[in-house]
Amino acid sequence: MEKISVNSISKSYGNVEALKGVSFNVDGGELFGLIGPDGAGKTTLMRIITTLLLPDSGNAKVCGYDVANEYKKVRTLLGYMPGRFSLYQDLSVEENLNFFAGVFGTTVQENYDLIKNIYYKLEPFKKRRAGKLSGGMKQKLALSCALVHKPEVLVLDEPTTGVDAVSRKEFWDLLKELKMQGITIIVSTAYMDEASLCDRIALIQNGKILGVNTPTGIINAFPYKLFSIECEKPTHALENIRSLSICKNAYLFGNSLHFVSNNEENSPEIIAKTLEESGVKVDSVNEVSPEIEDCFIERMQRQ
Amino acid sequence: MKVASEVSGNNVIEVKDLVKRFGDFIADDKLTFTVGKGQIFGLLGANGAGKTTAIRMLCGLLKPTSGYIKVAGYDGFTQSDKIKENIGYMSQKFSLYEDLTVWENIRFFGGIYGLWGKQLRERSEELLQNLGMDQHRDTPIADLPLGWKQRLAFSVAQIHKPAVIFLDEPTGGVDPIARKHFWELISKAAYSGTTVVVTTHYMDEAEYCNQIVIMVDGKIVANNTPLELKKEYQAKTMNDVFLRLAQSASRTE
Amino acid sequence: MKRSRFTDFVTKEYKHIWRDPRTLLIVIIMPVLQMLIFGYVVSNEIKNADVVIYDQSNDYLTNRLTQKLNASGYFRTRVLARKASDIGSAFRRGDAKIALVYPPNFAQNIKRLGHVNIQIITDASEPNTASILDSYARAVITSFMGEISGLGFSSSINIETQMLYNKEMKAAFMFVPGTMVLILMLITAMMTSISITKEKELGTMEILLVSPLKPSQIIIGKVLPYVALAFFNSLVILLMGYTVFGLPLRGNLALLLGVVFLFIILALSLGILISTLSKTQQVAMFMSMFALMLPTILLSGFIFPIENMPKVLQWLSLIMPPRWFLSALKTIMIKGQGLWYVWKEILILTGMIVVFLTISVKKFNIRLS
Repeated sequence: MEKISVNSISKSYGNVEALKGVSFNVDGGELFGLIGPDGAGKTTLMRIITTLLLPDSGNAKVCGYDVANEYKKVRTLLGYMPGRFSLYQDLSVEENLNFFAGVFGTTVQENYDLIKNIYYKLEPFKKRRAGKLSGGMKQKLALSCALVHKPEVLVLDEPTTGVDAVSRKEFWDLLKELKMQGITIIVSTAYMDEASLCDRIALIQNGKILGVNTPTGIINAFPYKLFSIECEKPTHALENIRSLSICKNAYLFGNSLHFVSNNEENSPEIIAKTLEESGVKVDSVNEVSPEIEDCFIERMQRQ
Repeated sequence: MKVASEVSGNNVIEVKDLVKRFGDFIADDKLTFTVGKGQIFGLLGANGAGKTTAIRMLCGLLKPTSGYIKVAGYDGFTQSDKIKENIGYMSQKFSLYEDLTVWENIRFFGGIYGLWGKQLRERSEELLQNLGMDQHRDTPIADLPLGWKQRLAFSVAQIHKPAVIFLDEPTGGVDPIARKHFWELISKAAYSGTTVVVTTHYMDEAEYCNQIVIMVDGKIVANNTPLELKKEYQAKTMNDVFLRLAQSASRTE
Repeated sequence: MKRSRFTDFVTKEYKHIWRDPRTLLIVIIMPVLQMLIFGYVVSNEIKNADVVIYDQSNDYLTNRLTQKLNASGYFRTRVLARKASDIGSAFRRGDAKIALVYPPNFAQNIKRLGHVNIQIITDASEPNTASILDSYARAVITSFMGEISGLGFSSSINIETQMLYNKEMKAAFMFVPGTMVLILMLITAMMTSISITKEKELGTMEILLVSPLKPSQIIIGKVLPYVALAFFNSLVILLMGYTVFGLPLRGNLALLLGVVFLFIILALSLGILISTLSKTQQVAMFMSMFALMLPTILLSGFIFPIENMPKVLQWLSLIMPPRWFLSALKTIMIKGQGLWYVWKEILILTGMIVVFLTISVKKFNIRLS
C-alpha cells in the first residue's frame, strides 16, 4: 500500500522554480531515499509532505490523506526531523524527549519499545543538556524525539549532514531496524554513497526527478559501458581522453578516472591502446559497474 | 632578522611528536607525519578525534604544547604569522560574501591576503580568466550556481599563491558534475605545486587524496595512500577502512 | 500518567528562562537595576543643598527656623533674599534650587492668629530633585511646628509649594511608571518575540507545527511564563517605587493592577506580531528595539513631555501604546482617580490589543512561509 504519494508537484519561490512537476510513491514499510545535491529541491519537497508548505500545483497524500486539506490528520501520522533540527540545547536529553512526547499527547513509556534501541545509547547521558552532546548523539536524540509518538511515516531531511562516518553508519543501521518494525521512512541526502542503503531511491536535481528505482535498478539501467582507468596525472590525461572519438564522457573518480564508452564494442584493451596512442601513460583499464554517482551524472547530462 | 629556513627536501609540512594539551586533556598525542609539495593530503577522523585541533596548529591559529611543527618552512611555535601569510583556507560553510560581486570578492580577499596595487589587479584578472568567469565579474555571488561559487572560493583562497591550502569538507552537497570539476581544479593546483590539505567526514572525498592520515582518539592510526590502505584492510572503499579504524574510538566530542 | 500538553509546554518554557543566565539577568536583575539607576540618576542623595531664604519677618521664630534648616544637614543658607525677584535670579544663576518665603510678622501672627503660611518655591526644571528638596523642607518645617507647640504655641503652619519652570511637575514621579513601561516592553514584547523566533531558528518550530498542537496553543504556551514574569516585575517595581522612592499609591490598587495587566497583554501581542514578521532572533531583537523601545522612550512622555513636542510628534504619540498606559498609571497612582477617569485609556489599550492580536493571528501561519 502506498504510504506517500506525490503527484506532479510544482513549487516556486518568486522566480525560482524549486520543484517542477515531481511525482513518486513510497510504499508501506519502505526505506525511501531522496538523493540530490543542495538546492535540488529536497527540503521543499519534504516540507510539502510534512504539510509545512503548500504546493503551487499538484498534490501529495500521506496514508491517503491530502497534505493540503487534511493536514491536521497528516500531522498526527508523521514523525519529522527537519534539516536544521537541533533540539532544545538547554534541556536535558530526558527533558527533550518528554517534551516532544507531551507535545504529541503521549509519554515516553508508552512507546518505549520503538525507541529503546536508539535510546539505550543515550540513557547514560539522560541528564546531560542536549547542547553538550556530540553530533552523532544529537542526531540520535533527534531521531528519538521524532519517533516518540509512534508515527506511521518518518520524514528525515538530511539527517546525516555534518555527522562523522561512524555516526552515520550507526544512524543508517538504526533506520534499518525501524524499517523492520514497519515504519515507512523517507530520507533525503546529498551523499550519493548513502543511496545503496535505501530500498528505493529518487534522484532529484534542479527540482526534477531524474529517476526512481531500486539502487541496483538505477545501476543496471546505466546505458553505457563504464571503465576505470588508472594512469599518471589523471587530471592532465582527462583533456586528451575527452577528445577521443570513443569517449562519451570521462571524469575523475577518486584516484582513478571513469571512462564512459560511447559504444558496446569497446574493451579495456581497445581503450588502453587508444589512450597510449594519444600519449596517455596508462597503468590499468578495467570494466567496472557504475556507482550511483555515475548514474546521476549520466542522467543529469541526458536532461 | 632571521630568514626562514628552506623547506627541507620536498616537505611542505613536517610534524614530529606534536602534542596539544588542554589542561589534562590530550587533544593531539605525538602526531608525526610529513606532507610533500604538491600532495593532496587527507586528514580524517571522527568527531573528537583531534582533527580540528591539528588543523588549527597547522594553520598557525593554535600554539602546540610540545613537539616539532613546520609549515611552509616556518616554525609553528614562533612564526605563526608567517605561516598565516603562506596558507589559504576554504570551507564549504563559509566561502564568499553573497551580496558582493565576483570582482568585489576577489579584490577584497586579495587585499586581506596582502596584495595591493598593480599586483592585486593582475592577479585578480588572471584569476577571472582562468575560471572563465570574466563576463560574470559584476554578478553578485548570490546569483551564481553553487558549483561556481565553490570554484571561485577555491581560487580566491589561492590568490596570494600560498604554499598550502586547507579545504574543509570542500565538495559536500554539490552536484556530482560540479564536484568532478572541482576536484579537477584541486588536482591541477596540486600539479602546479600547491599542497592541499583536506579534512572531511565524507570518505568519498578521501578517495581523491594521495595521502591519508586517520586519527582516532588524538592519535594517528594510519598514514598511507588510499590504495595501500584499502589493500591493507582488504576494504573496497575508504569508508570501510575508516569504519574499521574509527569504530574503536572511545572519545566523542 | 499523562500531563496535559499545555503544562508540559509551560514547564519547558520556564526551564528555558531559568537556564539561560542572560535571560535571567534581563528578567530579574534588570528591572531592579533600572529602577535604581533611573531613581538615583534623577535624585542624588541630597546633602547641604543651597537654599534661598526670603525672610520678611526676621523675628526670633523665623531665625530659629532658618537655623533648624541649616542644622538638619540637608540645607545650607546660600542667599538671604531682600526682595521676591532675588529668588528667581538665584535660581537662574544656579545658586539654589529651593527657596523658602517666610511671611511678614511671623511670630506675631502665630501668636495672634494661630496660623501662618510658609511658601516653598522650587526650581522644577529638575523635577525629581525639586520634589525631594520640597519634601525635606516640609519635614523640617513640620518638626519645627512640633517644637514651637512645645513652647506653648498652639498653631499651625500652612506650607504652600510653588514650582517654577515646570508648574505641574510632570516628570517628577514619571520614572517609576516609565521604568515599568520599559521593563514590560522588554520582557513581554522583546523576550517573547525572541523566544518564538529562536524556535524558528532552531528548527524546533517545524516540529511543533507538524505536531497536533494548535498554533494558538503554541503561542499561549510560549508567552504565558512571560506574562507571569512581567506581572511579577510590575509588582517589584511598584513596591520599590513605594518603599524606596516614596511614590504615592493613591488610587485603587485593583484598578492599577488591572491596567498593568492590560498593558502586559498589549505588549505581548506586539511581541507575537514581531515574531510573525521576523525569521531570526536578531531581526526580532532589532525590531523590538527600534519599533518598540525607542518610541517608548522618546514618544510616550516618559522622558520628554508630550506638550513640548512638535505637533507631528504629538500626533504620532497618540498611537504609542505606552502613552496611554502612562497616562492611566499617572491618573490612578498619583492623582488617585478611579475608573471613571481612565476609561478612555483602557478602551484605547483594549482596542490596540484587538488590532495587534488580529494581525498576529492572520500572520501566524499554520505553515512555513
